[in-house]
Amino acid sequence: MLTRLHRKRLFLIFTLVGGVSLAVALILYAFTQNINLFYTPTQCVETKVPQHKTIRVGGMVVKGSFKRLDDLKVEFIVTDFNQEIPIYYQGILPDLFKEGQGIVALGKLDEHNRFVASQVLAKHDEKYMPPEITASLKTRS
Amino acid sequence: MIPEFGLFALIMALLLSMTTVILPILTRSSISEASQIKINASVVLGQACFILLSFVTLVFCFVQDDFSVRYVAQNANTYLPFMYKLTAIWGAHEGSLLLWSFILALWMVAVLFVAKAIPGKVKMTVLTILSCIQTGLLMIILKTSNPFIRILPFFPQDGADLNPLLQDPAFIMHPPFLYLGYVGFAVPFAFALAECLLKKMDYPWASWARPFALSALGFLTIGITLGSWWAYYELGWGGWWFWDPVENASLMPWIVGVALIHMLWVSAKEDLFRTWRLSLAIFTFILSLMGTFLVRSGILSSVHAFSSSPERGIAILGFLSIVVVISLGLLSHLRGEQKQAFVLSPWSKASTILLGNVLLIAATLSILLGTLYPIISQLIWQKSLSVGPPYFNTVLLPMLFMILILMSVAVHLKWQQAPDFLKVRKYSVSLLLACVTVLMLINLTSLSFVAALAFTLALYLIISTLMFIHKPQKIGMIVAHIGIAIFVMGIVFVSSWQIEKEFAMQLGQTVEVEGFNFTFNQLQEIKGSNFEGTRGTFTIYKDNQLITQLFPEKRFFIAREQAMTETAIHSHLMRDFYVALGEPLDNGAWSVRFYIKPFIRFIWLGGMMVALAAFFAAIRSRCIKEKRVASYEIDRFA
Repeated sequence: MLTRLHRKRLFLIFTLVGGVSLAVALILYAFTQNINLFYTPTQCVETKVPQHKTIRVGGMVVKGSFKRLDDLKVEFIVTDFNQEIPIYYQGILPDLFKEGQGIVALGKLDEHNRFVASQVLAKHDEKYMPPEITASLKTRS
Repeated sequence: MIPEFGLFALIMALLLSMTTVILPILTRSSISEASQIKINASVVLGQACFILLSFVTLVFCFVQDDFSVRYVAQNANTYLPFMYKLTAIWGAHEGSLLLWSFILALWMVAVLFVAKAIPGKVKMTVLTILSCIQTGLLMIILKTSNPFIRILPFFPQDGADLNPLLQDPAFIMHPPFLYLGYVGFAVPFAFALAECLLKKMDYPWASWARPFALSALGFLTIGITLGSWWAYYELGWGGWWFWDPVENASLMPWIVGVALIHMLWVSAKEDLFRTWRLSLAIFTFILSLMGTFLVRSGILSSVHAFSSSPERGIAILGFLSIVVVISLGLLSHLRGEQKQAFVLSPWSKASTILLGNVLLIAATLSILLGTLYPIISQLIWQKSLSVGPPYFNTVLLPMLFMILILMSVAVHLKWQQAPDFLKVRKYSVSLLLACVTVLMLINLTSLSFVAALAFTLALYLIISTLMFIHKPQKIGMIVAHIGIAIFVMGIVFVSSWQIEKEFAMQLGQTVEVEGFNFTFNQLQEIKGSNFEGTRGTFTIYKDNQLITQLFPEKRFFIAREQAMTETAIHSHLMRDFYVALGEPLDNGAWSVRFYIKPFIRFIWLGGMMVALAAFFAAIRSRCIKEKRVASYEIDRFA
């Protein structure tokens, strides 16, 4: 026979275990929903990259590719010295954004394989190159 | 000669702190305990003096523009304003570590002098443990990050200048406060290890460690608040928190630190949850060390992007793993009976604090997952990814809500027993009222359900806490908890009602935003000592009434060839107007950011209240502690 105390404890343990597993499940679900994978321009062009999913793309801004469109829209091309991908962005670019310099953009790929960025990050260093691009340059050469 | 003098002082400090560690082992039997304690104290003082000397020497090198010192050449410039020359020391890696070590020395001196009531043996053990940490750190500095390295014989004529982002008044104070907090948690950590080593179960360990933990938490709170404020106006995007790995690295020790001070309070009253409390003290310091490691190793790709060599990262990581292994080893060897004479009701104050602790740890672990997973994935699967801010928001919001409810309820509960039925009925009535408030807020204002709920819970917390206003001994808790509520309200209002607009504006053009007429009046050239740039003049009118005139700038720092946005903010407790120049467009226009941020000051006001409360509680608990320790000594010798 279970005493009252035992029953109480059993109930407590079950609620705790249930609560914790539910919380962990929810946390992991939120986690998997918010992972933004990094792709190089080569991967964007040559392989299947999921469209309409938030990803990051990084590379060097091609010199002379920067264009202003109306209403604070800009367009520029990013390269990993193998393939190029055009990036569209509306808004004010960071102070450190320059042609010929490395950047990382967060956004989505549309159906024409153009990258529509919601955020553009540039680094403090003019010699900066996203580490992923450095790595892919190394593996190719 | 002068830089070598600084290096010499640093080496002396290392030797002395090694002495503190080795001496008690060597002289175990030959010297009496009383003289051991005396020697320990003087060696600690000597070590602190040498670190101070080394620190002052580095300051002197900066003031003198001694560009033969590599660190000075990399982080200063002849034209750098004097104030920033003084603070450029913590602008990069080497100096930051030196600051870390200097602050550790300060905390050791504090343990030596402030904690008069603590028995000499305990104090010596604590100082020896802190000296071990100091020794490790000084070794890292001398081996991998010596700030006094010279570039001879051909040194540069001028320096590379301090990173312009760091040339800012808030930044002068941000790293010292942050490190005072990080390093301050070394003291409760050392007390925890001393407790494991000395195994004196009847000592009031928790009340000894509490004032140190509280003041460390206060400093860390100020550090984080300053950092958030600085990011808001200096980075130029008007955000106050980005879930950036470096920010997370400072938030995690803060959260566990909050859990720790509550647990220390419980333990100071009643000898409960000992292992849990010790683990918290150890965990907090390990997270603080990890924060330093994450920021200083350059392993993270973040907006803070401090570049660094892998050698340094490995050195700090090695140090971190030694600390983890030793402290967890000591903890697992702790055996002692804990009195468990009573049964805790799950509806008592002690158990709700434990539950709150569990929630805080869960929050920390989820932040840890989001912060470390990109690194792990990079190392193991060579897959580069980042975790988006929505993850942190969705996961932490429910936890925050539960914690707010616990904070409102726990203060009214009895210490160990369940509350009586009448009180439970009162709670139910007030909760019902809260639900009605949420529904009303959603209907009457533009707040979303989540925002209305958060606001109501914060309001509920304020009312529930203010019921104790007549009890002066609870003033620390009252101020801190209301601070949290105000912070939450700030977040609710900013995220619900902020307006962020970006325009392409011609000179003389006016745009209307929510009834405010925002005009671009003027543009002029400016020149500073180490930069040149452009200053815009903007006016904001409402109903033909001038509200304010703002002067945002775009600066170009000559030595670093780097552009910087200087925002202009008209701040008011209720509302901030935020203007930043973007970039010149092709047709003579400029892109301009115009933001209205209602109640954003509440966020930092809340932070400052928490910090103040922590300091207040630290001073108070010290007074009480001395009384109690006195009576405890009497008990023991009676």
